[in-house]
Amino acid sequence: MSGKVTSFRKFDVEKIRNDFPVLHREVNGNPLVYLDNGASSQKPKQVIDRMTRYYEHEHANIHRGVHHLSQRATDSYEQVREATCNYLNAASSREILFTRGTTESINLVACSWGRHFLKEGDEIIISTMEHHSNIVPWQMTCEERGAKLKVIPISKAGELDMEAFQNLLNERTRLVSLVHVSNALGTINPVKEIINLAHQCNALVLLDGAQALPHMKVDMRALDVDFYAFSAHKMLGPTGLGILYGRESLLDSMPPYQGGGEMIERVTFEKTTYNELPFKFEAGTPNIADTIAFGSALEYYDEFDQDELIAHEQDLLAYAGQRLSQVDGIEFVGMARDKAGVISFNLKDIHPFDVGTILDQMGIAVRTGHHCTQPLMDFYGIVGTVRASFAFYNNQTDVDALVDGVEKASAILL
Amino acid sequence: MSSSIDEIQDQVIEEFQLFDQWIEKYEYIIELGKNLPGLDDQYMRDENLVPGCQSRVWLHAELKGGKAVYAADSDAIITKGIIALLIRVLSEQPPEKVHEAELYFIDRIGLKDHLSSTRSNGLVSMINKMRTVARDLSKIA
Ligand SMILES: Cc1ncc(COP(=O)(O)O)c(C=O)c1O
Repeated sequence: MSGKVTSFRKFDVEKIRNDFPVLHREVNGNPLVYLDNGASSQKPKQVIDRMTRYYEHEHANIHRGVHHLSQRATDSYEQVREATCNYLNAASSREILFTRGTTESINLVACSWGRHFLKEGDEIIISTMEHHSNIVPWQMTCEERGAKLKVIPISKAGELDMEAFQNLLNERTRLVSLVHVSNALGTINPVKEIINLAHQCNALVLLDGAQALPHMKVDMRALDVDFYAFSAHKMLGPTGLGILYGRESLLDSMPPYQGGGEMIERVTFEKTTYNELPFKFEAGTPNIADTIAFGSALEYYDEFDQDELIAHEQDLLAYAGQRLSQVDGIEFVGMARDKAGVISFNLKDIHPFDVGTILDQMGIAVRTGHHCTQPLMDFYGIVGTVRASFAFYNNQTDVDALVDGVEKASAILL
Repeated sequence: MSSSIDEIQDQVIEEFQLFDQWIEKYEYIIELGKNLPGLDDQYMRDENLVPGCQSRVWLHAELKGGKAVYAADSDAIITKGIIALLIRVLSEQPPEKVHEAELYFIDRIGLKDHLSSTRSNGLVSMINKMRTVARDLSKIA
């Protein structure tokens, strides 16, 4: 372990809630109960203030000016790359690319690596529980390259069929692209085992970590993963910023994804040479303010002992599961043994939209629908679910309000 | 003479004034949804499906005795209850009246949120479709 300061801030959920201004507002005459963290997390004032301070005092374009502001902004921006590298325990900050979000991170790999390295007959493995962001880019690339997309089946409980996965792996498998934590079910997939198995077959592994990082720390070197994609906005950071971690040797071998400013070394009309990593993949003026504010989100996480955050969330999940199971007509969707942050359910055959509408009247924010996982919903034979997704700033009062709301919905809808 | 669109809208507004609590209002809408006959199987076809990403709405319209007659259904009960209100207001009216009707009752009974396009429940598209169908029917009538 690194020799960092080890005096953590004491975990006190009520004090933490004071850092999140939006948690004190009302919706439809009730205190907001925000349980849609899977869609996007709320922001602590440290992050909001950092963004304001940047625009009020520090803004300039980066990587180009000799003037003070530009150099200062460049430093702040590049420090966040460094901080992200440390947070993920990546080997070098050249492995940290800034994108618009998980979706763009995956598209970058599908376009750059996929178009360059995939050949006819090659195979890519995904799973039944993928977000559309980790399906459609591969469908597009596979179609273009004549490669095949294979899908790991899951059990009713919402766990990957590992035996089927091993049967799908073969010498034609070039990439396994999987969700680390399922956004619709909360399932935590056994990614270490998957990476080991894939590497034995010389296949690469991309993990969609959009729902993992908000609930756990992930160590790139310990995992030995090849690509890791996630979004800042789901982990206290601003919208419009994503990260793609990529193993340096791989990124080096990949062609640029978009062309333009920043990503070049020298441009002539005859030939352009490209900048080095990570700039080769960051064409144009990047999302400077949001990136700098994301640095404050990482600092915020680091104030706490992560084990305490995880324990608190797991307690909430267990408490919510136990209380909701008493509600008339409730049917849980996804009962994996290893879960993070999510409870998905339906009230018998009531449309999730109806349940969500009643909850909204009570100021309770949940997500309803297919959660961008239509093949998964098809697998369960349902149109969607009601999803309550938790963050460490949720408390028992939130869960009690949810249970109260679902009981009301059950009483009037069933 | 049967009531005009605006007379029916005013009746609906008056009825909803009886509810002090949101929950009573929704219980009533759910009741309306449950009582709406819905659509014959033969009309539950994709070409009658109104685009909406959360709840789905099917709409069938025909001209009967110079009036636009609507029948509709949804897989979500609250959406279906609101459909029942829309049908009560707009069905069996002269198509040109439907086309030019100003629907103010939704707002007045506190359901405006349901008609914001972000709700993606199909209701906005349904109203648009009711109007365009009415315009087409008024050409035949
Ligand atoms: C598992 C998963 N993958 C990908 C995404 C897409 O993230 P973004 O919309 O931030 O690109 C999400 C977010 O909805 C997600 O939950």
